[in-house]
Amino acid sequence: MQHIISVLVENKFGALSRISGLFSGRGFNIETLSVGPTLDPSVSMMTIVTEGEDRIIEQITKQLNKLVDVIKVVDLIEKAYVERETALIKVNARPEDRAEALRVADIFRANIVDSSPNTYTIEITGDVNKVEAIINLLRPLGIKELIRTGRIAIAREEVKIAAVRGNLDRRVLSGQAK
Amino acid sequence: MKLSGSQILIECLRKENVKVVFAYPGGVNLPIFDVLYDEKEIEVILCRHEQGGTHMAEGYARVTGRPGVVLVTSGPGATNTVTAIADAYMDSTPLVVLTGQVPTQSIGNDAFQEADVVGITRPCTKYNILVKDVNDLAKAVKEAFYIATSGRPGPVLVDLPKDVVLAKTEFKYPDKVYIRSYSPNYKGNKWQIKQAAESIMKARRPVIYAGGGVLASGASQELLDLAEGMQVPVTQTLMGLGGFPGTHPLSLGMLGMHGTYWANMSIHHSDLIIAVGSRFDDRVTGRVADFAPGAKIIHIDIDPTSIHKVIKADIPIVGDVKVILSGLNQILKFSENGQSGKNQAWLSQISDWRKEHPLAYDQGDKIIKPQYVIERIYEATRGKAIVSTDVGQHQMWVAQYYKFDRPRTFPNSGGLGTMGYGLPAAIGAQKAFPDDLVFCVAGDGSIVMNIQEMATAVSYNLPVKIAVINNKYLGMVRQWQELFYDRRYSSSYLGDGPDFVKLAEAFGAVGLRAKEIGEVDQVLQEALAVKGPVMMDFQVDEEENCYPMVPAGAAIHEMVFSDPEEAEPKKQGEKEQKKADGVLTA
Repeated sequence: MQHIISVLVENKFGALSRISGLFSGRGFNIETLSVGPTLDPSVSMMTIVTEGEDRIIEQITKQLNKLVDVIKVVDLIEKAYVERETALIKVNARPEDRAEALRVADIFRANIVDSSPNTYTIEITGDVNKVEAIINLLRPLGIKELIRTGRIAIAREEVKIAAVRGNLDRRVLSGQAK
Repeated sequence: MKLSGSQILIECLRKENVKVVFAYPGGVNLPIFDVLYDEKEIEVILCRHEQGGTHMAEGYARVTGRPGVVLVTSGPGATNTVTAIADAYMDSTPLVVLTGQVPTQSIGNDAFQEADVVGITRPCTKYNILVKDVNDLAKAVKEAFYIATSGRPGPVLVDLPKDVVLAKTEFKYPDKVYIRSYSPNYKGNKWQIKQAAESIMKARRPVIYAGGGVLASGASQELLDLAEGMQVPVTQTLMGLGGFPGTHPLSLGMLGMHGTYWANMSIHHSDLIIAVGSRFDDRVTGRVADFAPGAKIIHIDIDPTSIHKVIKADIPIVGDVKVILSGLNQILKFSENGQSGKNQAWLSQISDWRKEHPLAYDQGDKIIKPQYVIERIYEATRGKAIVSTDVGQHQMWVAQYYKFDRPRTFPNSGGLGTMGYGLPAAIGAQKAFPDDLVFCVAGDGSIVMNIQEMATAVSYNLPVKIAVINNKYLGMVRQWQELFYDRRYSSSYLGDGPDFVKLAEAFGAVGLRAKEIGEVDQVLQEALAVKGPVMMDFQVDEEENCYPMVPAGAAIHEMVFSDPEEAEPKKQGEKEQKKADGVLTA
């Protein structure tokens, strides 16, 4: 089963490799990983999409939580959350295909962010299904290049993960033995 | 007044009450050694190889419970420590490793003796940090000591660029450490402790399975109280030996692959396992699917990742072993069940198992059996020595035949299984306790892996007694090849040599040799009479195997007790040929 794990970490050099190293060293797979600073610039938030049975996910969350630089770990799959991914898709846009490319972009409320005599570059943001869907529709036109950010996700409502300095604790909201 | 980074570092070590630093100098850490030159309170032990130095710090830490401190230079100096750091990580040994680094402006330029040590050691340290500014140095060192010794202990590495140790700033040592992302839980959940107490009262066939965590948290007394109060037998892991008196009637000895028959049978047939500071290592559990099928499991550990990792716990308690055991004892003390004798049938069953397959070997009248040497060392030292070992058959024999009664007397490499650990660890232990008798039991294969540290023992006159169990083979490898590879002794035959007596003498130590059974006691007595380091070469039966044994992949009650082909006459010619092949491939 797929899990989306939010990891709040100290914004220090080496923190990312500590976390990715934990995954590779223990043979866990990372499907996507994205990272950026939070409101508090001394803290970064990572979103890691990974897959595994419950036992593996429990180990992943506990092992992550054990790292000294890790402030908090939350497995969002057990919560209500919102997720987004951005993709840039460079498609063939020969004169006869242009109308179709524009139409697809329009349906998905995607933007054309670059054009050249033979290509359009389309920017799409949405949940992973939406991104997959537009890719599938554009495929017949001929996708020349495709880049995706990996997913970011945030919990809805009261489950606040990123917080300001001094208001953080290390409790794992899920996955830890109670 | 402003101090240089080097001076600040040494001030930090003083504040941490560090008395000994195991060290090796080099280009970039010379400023630190220059400060150490005038230092009175901190003694520097110059090792002969950084791996040896780091194992010394491990030995020091294992016998004292205080962090071992290592100081080495950049590049090769630092990378040489990696095996020992990984060893400390696996065995939760607190270390602070200070590595020199090339100046910050040269980092990343492939400078002379540069290595990305923080990168290299990331997976095998509890924490590591590159200090880039002298103003961060004191805090980094303070945190290093705190992280190394708190929670589940482990090695912490601090990388010190040369310009940082030369730069000057005001020295301010933080009083307290606050790391928002790190706060180990010591207390344990009260409700779960209560649950555990109830299970212990109800159980009829309980066993305590105690590991290194008992030693790490100093919980030997609490463990003894629990075991005696509730009449629960105690089996120990390799790492846990000494945490419960080995001569105690409730002691079952070690469990697992080379554990005692009765310990393994107890675990297999128990209805309650109280796992205390132990992590269900694969050398303990055997085939996991068949591990203790009828047992409820209480698992007490400070590290949440240990719980449910291998074996699902019914009552997990995250916290410090000492705190939790004393809480548990408090509850049990007020219960009426304590001495009610409810476990009597169980204890007598165990005592039957004990008689069924005792630890045994067949000592003839000439060739020395390795187990005999261990027994004689036990007698000669009256069980009071600190005994370090290397890794292999001799290590298991020590675990079986030396009854450790005191905590922190058996430094050996458990998790990583590092050959070459024993001698430097013994040196570190002897440095910590100059008046104690320290033995290093090693194999003829493993002792040469860090033999250079003989020079350290001699130059500081650390009187470690080294007993080489010399069977001319990599014994445990040979045993596996015999049992599982059809006696194809590929690269496990070492043959004669080196001449350990001459080798000891070359280093300036005393060398002794025993070839026959009558010489064993004599050699031991001579060795004990010598004030300095001694190396004893015990030439033992070459093909003795370590039994009992749980073959790899078997469940822990499926033990074998002797060579399967014992009855079959040995094909002498063929054996000689295989030895020759071994030499060719070695």
